[in-house]
Amino acid sequence: MPQRTPLYDTHVRSGARMVEFAGWDMPVQYSGLLDEHEAVRTRAGLFDVSHMGEVVFRGPKALESLNRLLTNDLTQIAEGQAQYGCLCRESGGIVDDVVVYRRAADELLVCVNAGNRQKDFEWLRDHAGSAQVTNESEDWGQIALQGPRAAAILQPLTKVDLATLKSFRFADGQVAGLPCTVARTGYTGEDGFELFCRPDAAARLWEALMEAGVPGGLVPAGLGARDTLRLEMAYRLYGSDMDDTTTPLEAGLAWVVKLDKGDFVGRDALVRQKETGVPRKLVGFVLTDPGIARHGYDVLRDGRKVGVVTSGTKSPSLKTSIGLAYVPPALAAEGSTFAVDIRGRSAEAQVVKTPFYTRKRP
Amino acid sequence: MNVPEDLKYTREHEWARVKGNRVTVGITDFAQDQLGDVVFVELPAVGDEVKKGEAFGVVESTKAVSDLFAPVGGKVVEVNDPLTDAPETINEDPYEEGWLIVVEASDPKELSDLLGAAAYRKFVEEEQE
Repeated sequence: MPQRTPLYDTHVRSGARMVEFAGWDMPVQYSGLLDEHEAVRTRAGLFDVSHMGEVVFRGPKALESLNRLLTNDLTQIAEGQAQYGCLCRESGGIVDDVVVYRRAADELLVCVNAGNRQKDFEWLRDHAGSAQVTNESEDWGQIALQGPRAAAILQPLTKVDLATLKSFRFADGQVAGLPCTVARTGYTGEDGFELFCRPDAAARLWEALMEAGVPGGLVPAGLGARDTLRLEMAYRLYGSDMDDTTTPLEAGLAWVVKLDKGDFVGRDALVRQKETGVPRKLVGFVLTDPGIARHGYDVLRDGRKVGVVTSGTKSPSLKTSIGLAYVPPALAAEGSTFAVDIRGRSAEAQVVKTPFYTRKRP
Repeated sequence: MNVPEDLKYTREHEWARVKGNRVTVGITDFAQDQLGDVVFVELPAVGDEVKKGEAFGVVESTKAVSDLFAPVGGKVVEVNDPLTDAPETINEDPYEEGWLIVVEASDPKELSDLLGAAAYRKFVEEEQE
């Protein structure tokens, strides 16, 4: 029996189509994926992301302990800032990719992927040293308000000054009278916010945002649009583009690996891999032949399998067929070509620069 | 769910409009709704042979790939080429503008096991449970 978020009844009542995702009963779409996608790119969309997990580090050693588990460097951000990074095994394989919210040096919240809630909690707890680690996943609802009109919709509902709340910053306050952490983060490539609230406040918060936003073009959006939006940005999806057997260097996440910050779990393996070179690289590609590449399709060169597609879709914004694939380093340069085996048919693909989509700035 | 009375249906959610031995084939309203936004269609060429019950093409939505199954065997005599550039037509008008191919049935008796509208509606309801 899949788990339900505090917004389950709201989704069902609003006519969302529900599917099981990572053990959760989630809305895959409301009005339709393409509609919702376009709304987020041009106006705003509202997503239930309560299935994401929250693990909190507390105590005098909280910052130090968590920094020893994260590939990025938490000493580089201040209180009220968030940072993206990976948790790695000793092998360098990725346990999860996470966003850490530094509330204080002795209180940090790790936002983890839905499917990894228990795995991450156990991993963090078992490697945390003397920091106090709590799984607060059941204690938070989470709603993402994303799109160019997000700030204009949210500001009238809160005293948090959104003009000074920059990207990857967060603040505690109230939204529509409900206590929230307002974070300027997201997974769509647009401006937007993720609101952390008490589970029993989630439905009221959702309704308040809808009421405030619908006149300005806000629509509720599902996991389908969330996936095409993130893929246009080439944001990696854990479980599809990376897992315990891939390293951040292979996954193109070297920018969140700070090898010179001091020791952290996985560092030795990553240093070695950096010296010897990665065996494969995750690249963005467009199909130049008709078709859509899907997760698991083979990447071919001269008829031989040399890699694998990890994500693929028809880009609703660009109308091209885009994807991510692991390929040998020799094929990873921009402009390189390879074929994708689409159910027995060979379709040409070309490596391109990512993100596929660039946000239109006003 | 729109299920026109004058069509025949497969258990794979294709419809067939039979006029003599010319059979127009598409996917049902239920099928397009389940798929979500269709973004890609792969169809045979005029002159290709299709076999009853076998895949003759593919429709893809942003999330899913779905084979198209021939309700009858025969030669493909018409293909809805505009779908290549406007696959969303299948969502908008699955029974008219969103048709896929016309087959010249080699053995019209093959049509006898297709479902009528009432039977198809019942089939979908049972599948949904």
